[in-house]
This record gives sequence, structure tokens and C-alpha cells, in this order.
Amino acid sequence: MPGTIVDDVELIDAGHGGGTPPPAGGDDDGDSSGSRRPVPRRAYFTALQLGLAAIVMFFMALASSYIVRKGLGVDWQSTRLPRVLWFNTAILLASSVTIVVARKKLHGGEREAFQSWWWVTTGLGLLFLAGQIIAWRQLAAAGMLLATNPSSSFFYLLTAAHGAHLAGGILALFYVMFRTWSRSRITQATAAELTSIYWHFMDGLWIFLFALLTLGR
Amino acid sequence: MVTHENGGGHGHHQPPSGFIRKWIFSIDHKVIGVQYLLLALFSVFVGMALSLLMRLHLAWPTAHFSIFKGGQMTPEQYLALMTMHGTIMVFMVLTTAPQSGFGNYFLPIQIGAADMAFPVLNMLSFWTTFVSLVVMISAFFVAGGAPIGGWTSYPTLSALGEIVGPGQGAGETLWIVGLAIFCGASLMGALNFITTLIDLRTKGMTLGRLPLTCWTWFVTAILGLLAFGVLLAACILLLLDRLAGTSFFIPGGLVVTDQVITWHKGGSPLLWQHLFWFFGHPEVYIAILPGMGVASHLLSTFSRKPVFGYRAMVGAVCGIGFLGFCVWGHHMFVSGMSPYSAFAFSILTMTIGVPSAIKTFNWLGTIWGGKIQFNCAMLFALGFVSLFVSGGLSGLFLAQPALDLYLHDAYFVVAHFHLIMGVAAIFGMFAGLYFWFPKMFGRFLHEGIGKVHFWLTFIGVYAIFMPMHFLGLAGNPRRYSEMTAGPFLQALQPVHVFISIAAFITIGAQLIFLFNFIWSVFAGKDAKEENPWHATTLEWSIPSPPPHDNFGGLEPVVYHGPYEFSVPGAADDYIPQHLAPNLVRKA
Repeated sequence: MPGTIVDDVELIDAGHGGGTPPPAGGDDDGDSSGSRRPVPRRAYFTALQLGLAAIVMFFMALASSYIVRKGLGVDWQSTRLPRVLWFNTAILLASSVTIVVARKKLHGGEREAFQSWWWVTTGLGLLFLAGQIIAWRQLAAAGMLLATNPSSSFFYLLTAAHGAHLAGGILALFYVMFRTWSRSRITQATAAELTSIYWHFMDGLWIFLFALLTLGR
Repeated sequence: MVTHENGGGHGHHQPPSGFIRKWIFSIDHKVIGVQYLLLALFSVFVGMALSLLMRLHLAWPTAHFSIFKGGQMTPEQYLALMTMHGTIMVFMVLTTAPQSGFGNYFLPIQIGAADMAFPVLNMLSFWTTFVSLVVMISAFFVAGGAPIGGWTSYPTLSALGEIVGPGQGAGETLWIVGLAIFCGASLMGALNFITTLIDLRTKGMTLGRLPLTCWTWFVTAILGLLAFGVLLAACILLLLDRLAGTSFFIPGGLVVTDQVITWHKGGSPLLWQHLFWFFGHPEVYIAILPGMGVASHLLSTFSRKPVFGYRAMVGAVCGIGFLGFCVWGHHMFVSGMSPYSAFAFSILTMTIGVPSAIKTFNWLGTIWGGKIQFNCAMLFALGFVSLFVSGGLSGLFLAQPALDLYLHDAYFVVAHFHLIMGVAAIFGMFAGLYFWFPKMFGRFLHEGIGKVHFWLTFIGVYAIFMPMHFLGLAGNPRRYSEMTAGPFLQALQPVHVFISIAAFITIGAQLIFLFNFIWSVFAGKDAKEENPWHATTLEWSIPSPPPHDNFGGLEPVVYHGPYEFSVPGAADDYIPQHLAPNLVRKA
């Protein structure tokens, strides 16, 4: 084939596939998968933002369904929202504060304090979920079940969807606490930062959903 | 495996050992890409078999088929075949092969990366797709059989359960669950693709030097990321209506086969349509964009000319992607929407014609005056352009609400989406396969057999789908199991017979392809050379098949754009992207 011999010469000169050895450093800890270039730390943040974008689209579909259904006819019966929801909201907001404190402690090297505050955050998260279940039971006791009317359907649906995503966040909180970080491709601090971004997002999402449910009732 | 002294302090990467880690639960993007391709290959033959049965019945409605109870296909059975044909083809073939199949295999290599950003997530996304396929296919085998509501699964038919017809019980539930699982798999894949493209490009691989294949995989992934969440929400709402007694989509006052439905009220079937098509329109661009990227890539490579208007091509891909989210209402022109809304959707739909036309003219501009090599890959790329124009033009007709009033739910629509999805997109995949087969398997697909496959398929698909335009204009409704109701439909029967015969021949031609594929994997002509096509992109700088970590632990450096063909002053008619400038031979 024309140019083949010269191609070989060029390739030998340029190096196979061209290029330089990968830069050392990065978050990689050089375990068995380590000779491939380490995935840059910012990739984890890119991925998280993309995941949050997908979650936003999911909740926007539900929220717009809610708004459309409410506007459809005259049969919308308000659901009285249990007061415990306000308490749950405060708990979740508090957990966003405690997670920031925890990360500050980790950044300052105070491992014991980090762990305490991280556990407090986890506890507050679990308390929030418990509070949501209490709200469900209160509603059910008042005769408002999933299929009772559209308003109640959306209430259970939106709170369950949010709760499921929050539960994923709680799993992440446990993961940050229990994973052997020396064998990971990222540091515990990075994982804590990623988890806290997700956690704040869940907080903000709850505020949005709570406002939607309150205004829509 | 290439060894090197200046390893930079990193140990050698150990490729996986053992059959399970290497071929089943592999985290290697190349293996995962092939797994997706095999899943799509299996699915396309299932989909073709279903369409074969459909066309047999349409051509000869009274013929005896022993596989059906009593020897006759009932209308419900026809609808079940139609539903699963559409679902399997759109999701398991067109959404998997172009993006997750070829994209998984070649995206990391074309950008100079050793793998995707998250290899384990990649493996999970494939196996989740596999589970969703199993769940969907299991709908055939439960009591009542597969669902009959079409791939669009409109309520209230899809929301009321067994009472509305066979297959609408367990079959429909499995269909929805399978689809929801597929949503999760697609979201995982989209996340991986976008992160890889943003963060793992090698040195010198700027966005302006990305091959157009990568650009289309990029925009397609963004579409998938934003659209599948909406479909997932819709599926959950539908499942709640079916299983939990809610009424998101079910209005009151329904009477189904003499039974009054009292336990649902207040819902809106239109809500499903909005949610579904908000996903559904980006979905069809997910199906076609990678094929456009492949076409651009191959037309340039095999004309030995740069892509005409690279930046316009990138802009057009982004424009099509963005506008794809703005036009979902054109699937709902007959739903009773306000004519002002219809007008808005119509204008926006026609606007997509602009970037599409830019791409088409740029494809022509790419090959104009080029030194064209008419191998199979190029033939399929050219065929793609032809079919894209044919299928796309009928879209402009359907974009007129006044015309769509007549053409909606008629065969004109069937012609449109088959030409553009069922054929143009498939041609994109064939083109990619003939092109990349030597890189993936170290062998060529047989050119002679490939040319027979091409011509039979190209002529065949036009024979199948062109007449459908006329059927639609004559008023032939779609989703009818037979055209026996009344003289005007009966008069169209000879056209249906013609279409069916053309379909049998074309489906038969795919067996030729299947034979070529399987035979060539094991005994095809050796493609020892790394770069048999004298192409420019990075996958042609590594061995065939590529080693486990693609670039042997090195980080390739990119110096040139992706389509440096016939550069004035260069001795060779191509300059590979990775070739250092001082090594480019001067004329």
C-alpha cells in the first residue's frame, strides 16, 4: 500500500500512538488498576452535576404533572398538610448546617470532631425520614390515602420520590464513614464534598417540593 | 502489549483474567460496547421476526398460520406484535447500538482515553439494559401475552388493566417495568459518556478537534440525560394508576365493554401524551444523531477530503439537539390542542429542518470533487444521506397541522419514521460496522457479500416504505391488522402484498449480513495493518484489536484536527491526528 513503509518509520519516531507517559500524581493511589491514567478529580464533580440535572428533570416532570392536574378541573380537594412537615423541614435544614461543620472539621484535621458531626448529620437525615413516615401515618389516619384524591396522590408521590433520593444520600453518608479510603481512587475529603453537594441539593429540592405542596395544597 | 521503560512510576495495568471477568462482567469499554452491539443484534432479529409476522398477516389476512391458536391471527395478536416490534426496535436497537454500542467502544479511544470515566458504572449500565430486555420479552410469556397499546402505550388503554384486552394485565405491567429499568440504564450510560467527554480528553484534543462521531455521542448523551428522567416519571405515574388505584391519567365516566369504571376519575390521558412525547421526540434524535456522526466521518474519510464546514456541522448537531426538546407537540396535533399551540410547534418543527439541511448540504459538499472509494462503509454512508433526505422530507409535510389532521395515524407517518429511524439510522450502524469491524476484530467484513447486502437492502427498503406514502395519502389507517373493512381499503390490498414481498426479500438480505458478520469474525480477511483505511482519528493508531488499555499506558498527544485529508503541501493524502508536525512528510 502506498506510504506504508514511511508510515512505519513515522510511527516508530512518534512513539506508538504518540505521546508521553501519563502525569504522576492525582488522586490515584496506584493500586492494580493504577497504570491507566487516573480519572481526574473534577470528573466526579462533573458526574454529580449531571446526575443532579437528571434528577431535576425527573422532579420537574412530576411537578408539572401536579400543576397540570391541579388546573384541570373543579375536583381538586386540598390536602391538609401535617404540621410535622415543618419540623422535618427544620431538621433537614439543620443537617445541611451540620454537614458543613463536619467538612470544616475534616479540613482542619480534627478527625474525631468530623466523625461526630458527620454522625449528627446522618442522624438528622434518618430523623427526617422518620418524620416523613409520621406525616404519612397522620394523613392515613385522617383518611387520606394514596388513591383518595389527586392532591393526596401527589403528596405521597412527591414525598416518596424525594425520600427515596434522600435515602440514597444517607447511604452515601454511611459510605463516607465506613469505606477504607486508603484503597480508593479519591480521598475521603473529596467524597465528603461530593456527598455534601448532593445533600444540599436534596435539602433545596425538599424546600421546592414543600413550597409546591403548600401553595398547591 | 507494548512495554516501555519510561513508565512514569506506575505499575503495569493487569488485564482481567478468567472468563467471567474478561467477557461477562467486564469493565472494559470495548467489551461492553460489543455486548451492547450483540444485544442490539439479537433484538433487531427479534424485531424483524415480529414485523415478518405482521406483514404476512397484512398481505394475506385469511391465511392459516399454525403458530396461532385456531390458525388465525386475531387483531389483538397483531397489535401485540406491533407493540413489541416498535418497543424492541426503538429501545433495544436504535437507542443501544449507535450510542452505547459504537459509542462505548470508540468514544474513549477517539479522545485518547484508556477507558470511560466510570468503568464499573458502565458495566452496570449494560447489565441493567440486559435485565430490562429480559423483563420486556417476558411479557410474551405471561398470561394474556404481550401488551397491545403500541410502543407509545397511551392511557386509558394502558392504564385500566386486563379489562381492556389481552396483554393489558401482566404483559403491560412488565412492559412498563422493563421500560423503567431501561430508563435507569440509559441515565447511567449518559452520565458516563458526558463526563468522559468533558474530563478525559487527552492532551491536544480540544473540543474543536473532536471527531464528529464524538460530537454526536456527546449531544446524544445530553439528550438522554435530560429526557429519560421524564419517561421514568411517566412510567411511575402509569404504574400507580394500574396498581395503586390513582387516577393521574384516567378520567371518570369510562365504560369498558359494558362495565362502568367507577373507581377512577379526574385524570388526563393528555398528560401522558405530553410526558411521553417530551421524552419521545428527543428519543428519536438520540436514534439518528450518532448515525449522522458516522456518516460525516465516513464521507470525509472515503472522499479523502475534510468535512465541509466542520463548525457548522457541530452547530447543527447542537441545534438539532436543543430544538428536539421544543417540538413534542407535533405528535399531538390531533389531540384537540389550541391551534396557536399547534402553530408554535409547527414552526419550531420546521426550524429543525434548517440544521438538518445544513448537514445534508455539507455532506454533499464533503464528497464533491473528492476521490471517492466506494467500499461498503462508504456505500452505507451514502445510503444514509439518501434515506435521511427521503425520510426527513416527509417530516416537513407532517409538521403542517392542517395536513397532519389527515395524515395522523395513517401510513404516511409509518413511512416517515421507518425511513428515518428504521432505515437511515440502521444504515448509519451498518456503515459504522463495516468501517470499524477491522479495528474491533482484526479482520475485514467480506466486501463482495457486503455489496450484495447493501444493494438488496437499499433497494428493498425503498420498495417497502415508499409505497406507504401513497397508502397514507389514500387514507390507509395505521395499526389496523387487516385492510378488509370496506372497498376503499380493499382496493389498497395489492400495495400491501407488494410491500410484504419486498419486506421478505429485505429481511432475507439481512441473513446474508448475519452470515457475513459471523463468518468474518472467525475467518475474514486479516486486517493486520493498524490503519487500513488511512484514516486520521486516534483509533487507527493502535493495534487491531486494541489492547486492554487502548494506548499501552501512554497518553497520546493530538496535534491536528480530525479530518486532515488532502492537505496542500503534505505528501500523503491524510495526516493522522497524533502525528507530530515535524514528522508530517512534505510534498
